[in-house]
Amino acid sequence: MQNAAPPAETQTGSSRQFISFTIGDEEYGVDIMAIREIKGWAPTTELPNTPEYMRGVINLRGAIVPIFDLRARFSGGQTQASARHVIIVVSVHDRVIGILVDAVADIITITTADIQPVPELDHHVHSGFLTGLVTVDGRMVALLDLHQLFDSELIADATAAA
Amino acid sequence: MTDDQGYDLSQFKATYFEECAELLATAEETIARLQDGQGNDEDLNAVFRCVHSIKGGAGAFAFDDLVHFAHVFETALDHLRSGRAELTPHVADLMVRGNDILGDFVRASQAESSLPADHGADILAQLSALTGAKPPVAPAAAQAAPSTPAPKAPSFTTYRIRFLPGPDMLRTGNDPLMMFRELAGLGELEVVADITALPALTEMDALRSYLSWTCTLTTDKDRSAVDEVFEFVSGETAQVEIEELDSLPGDEEGEGWGLFAPPPSANAAKDEEGDGWGLFGDAPGNNAVATPAIPAAAPPKAATAAPTPTATQGGAVHTASIRVDLDKIDRLVNMVGELVITQAMLGQQASGFTVESHPELIQGLQELSHHTRELQESVMAIRAQPVKALFSKAPRLVRDLSSKLNKQARLVMSGENTEVDKTVIEQLSDPLTHLIRNALDHGIETPEERVAVGKPAEGTIHLAAEHRSGRIFIEIEDDGRGINRERVLAKAMEKGLVEPGQQLTDEQVDMLIFAPGFSTASEVSDVSGRGVGMDVVRKNIQDVGGRVVVQSTPGAGSRFILSLPLTLAVMDGMLIQVGGQRYVLPLTNIVESLRPTPQQARSLVDVGNVLTIRGEYINLMALHAIFGIPGAITDPTKGLVVIVETEGGERVGLLVDELLGQQQVVIKSLDSNFRPIHGISAATILGDGRVALILDVSALRQMGALATAAQ
Repeated sequence: MQNAAPPAETQTGSSRQFISFTIGDEEYGVDIMAIREIKGWAPTTELPNTPEYMRGVINLRGAIVPIFDLRARFSGGQTQASARHVIIVVSVHDRVIGILVDAVADIITITTADIQPVPELDHHVHSGFLTGLVTVDGRMVALLDLHQLFDSELIADATAAA
Repeated sequence: MTDDQGYDLSQFKATYFEECAELLATAEETIARLQDGQGNDEDLNAVFRCVHSIKGGAGAFAFDDLVHFAHVFETALDHLRSGRAELTPHVADLMVRGNDILGDFVRASQAESSLPADHGADILAQLSALTGAKPPVAPAAAQAAPSTPAPKAPSFTTYRIRFLPGPDMLRTGNDPLMMFRELAGLGELEVVADITALPALTEMDALRSYLSWTCTLTTDKDRSAVDEVFEFVSGETAQVEIEELDSLPGDEEGEGWGLFAPPPSANAAKDEEGDGWGLFGDAPGNNAVATPAIPAAAPPKAATAAPTPTATQGGAVHTASIRVDLDKIDRLVNMVGELVITQAMLGQQASGFTVESHPELIQGLQELSHHTRELQESVMAIRAQPVKALFSKAPRLVRDLSSKLNKQARLVMSGENTEVDKTVIEQLSDPLTHLIRNALDHGIETPEERVAVGKPAEGTIHLAAEHRSGRIFIEIEDDGRGINRERVLAKAMEKGLVEPGQQLTDEQVDMLIFAPGFSTASEVSDVSGRGVGMDVVRKNIQDVGGRVVVQSTPGAGSRFILSLPLTLAVMDGMLIQVGGQRYVLPLTNIVESLRPTPQQARSLVDVGNVLTIRGEYINLMALHAIFGIPGAITDPTKGLVVIVETEGGERVGLLVDELLGQQQVVIKSLDSNFRPIHGISAATILGDGRVALILDVSALRQMGALATAAQ
């Protein structure tokens, strides 16, 4: 991701591209350069003694990839995953992980000036996970900071329940 | 180089020749750059290092011809890099051919054949000429010539040896006395010293050599034996002249490099610039210091760039092995892993077919399975190396440490040829060193203590490796004092590792030494006991999927058992089902499986579930309880109990729903994209593409114990 980022910036100047997806009524955006692929939901192998939002692991062409349920991560309860749900495979901290979302919405191009800071939200989403908010065609899209979101998950510390 | 273990040199020789091949190739490449005029000083240094390395190794194996040539070559290169000689195109050509000849010698040494004595002589001469000659030192004339030796058997030869050390010979660590002793060992020796150069005591520099000697040696040994004595000093550090007093002139032709001297008459007439490697005694001009005018000294035809007929151009030394980038092998290992998965998938797809309906398909699949396994074993064999590489450091370590600690210890090794994956070997180096240190420092007592308790003064450390049921076991056993459990326990309580009043078995106490930060050494010695000890040992071993266990008998010694996987990539596993999930149990852990009767499975207060099997009580753990898996069979009499053995040798029963079958699985790391999960050692991909988790039996055992304690 790091190595891919510069050309994108030179192409689009101060504008960046995001993939937006929905979880329930909410729309979130992830930097397109972090995204490896998008695939349909497939049953996972659950990992024992892990938090609810850790949905287990899948085999992605020989690699073991953990899948995180973003709805559950945002305390919205576990997603009742079906074949219509989507796994967005992203690269974070040199690791490849999948995030389970309801659906992919759009590819949006945003000039950095349009990104507004996150207000103090009276909301269940911890604002530390968000880098900013943008309005696209009248819809509010919250831009996610994947590094913040998965820092504690990926950097091994004491296992959740030992 | 005397070693307790009497190593087989051939292995080191093989490595040496492999290295030579590389070094020669590197040198050739670099010389080519120099030839093109693109080279710089660093390139010269690089060539020098190559030649020097070849010489160094050759010296160790006593390939004398090779050493001699390499020495001259090296000296010439040294002159070049220090600017004492100029790198002309001609000199560059000379280097190319020098390298070729060097290769010839390496090959000859490898084939254990000898080259004609004058092989490469012209190159040698030119190289020598390049280094120039030191101005001759005036022979000390004051000495009366020694008397000719009296008795003389027909085969005896008398040599007169003039030995004129350069001023710095002592600084290079050469002791004339040693040489004289060596000479005396060859035959009858008479030594006369010339002390004329000796200054007054006040002006004397103790590190300078002022003396020169004339020795008369009568020996039945041949000339090369005499030459050998001065091997390390002739040349730069000292001037050595050897004359045969009563041999026929010229009878030395064809003997090695015509070292040192032509027949006496010629030698007496002129001085041979010290080392006299060259056969160019007929060229007086070469005594001028550092003239780059090589052609003057060389036979005309050699002055041209034409290769000498015997020199093989650019010939790499033939080796029976190649060095391959580890990445390439890893890629191969990965591909074979994928193949194993694909093969399992095909097998699963075809499981519905019978031999009657699809005989060829079934047969083909069986063959595929055999071939895949063979391929996989071959690939693993590429990465496998004998643990000898790991053990070879041990004798020295034991020797050094025992003298440092004033202890007597003997090292006994067995199973050095046991092979194990390279990564495992690399990871084991530090832990093994530490365990040996530990055995010597904490285990083996001082000789007095040992004698006092009736043991032999010399302790024994046994280092053993063996294959057992798909794993490699490495044991480090000493016959020392064993683990002092009282002290360990006291220390553990002091450090808060153990609650006061907690009851621990001896085994549990012993295992405390692996706790982080635990070190019982009352004072920190420079040998062991820095507090980063056994926990690091355990971690290193766990990192490669291994375990370490200690068994100790107070007063009789300790034994550390390291159990490691043979390869890090593939293992045989048993697929089990619990609830909706499938797991893989390493086959090596499985003892047996059974469906217990109600009489066999009991629930005891405070202990949890136990299983009686053939009069033995073992702990019964339910996998679904440990992992919180819904929908599993909870009644032991309805499910299956797999008796597993942990590396500690402890048996526990694991309640599962059913066994699905045995299969080879490719080990995939969980933490490359996630993080380690307690109770799971890794993951694998099954034939249907789904991921299955590989169970870590020892960790499960701990989790089970905790779960019971929490109830």
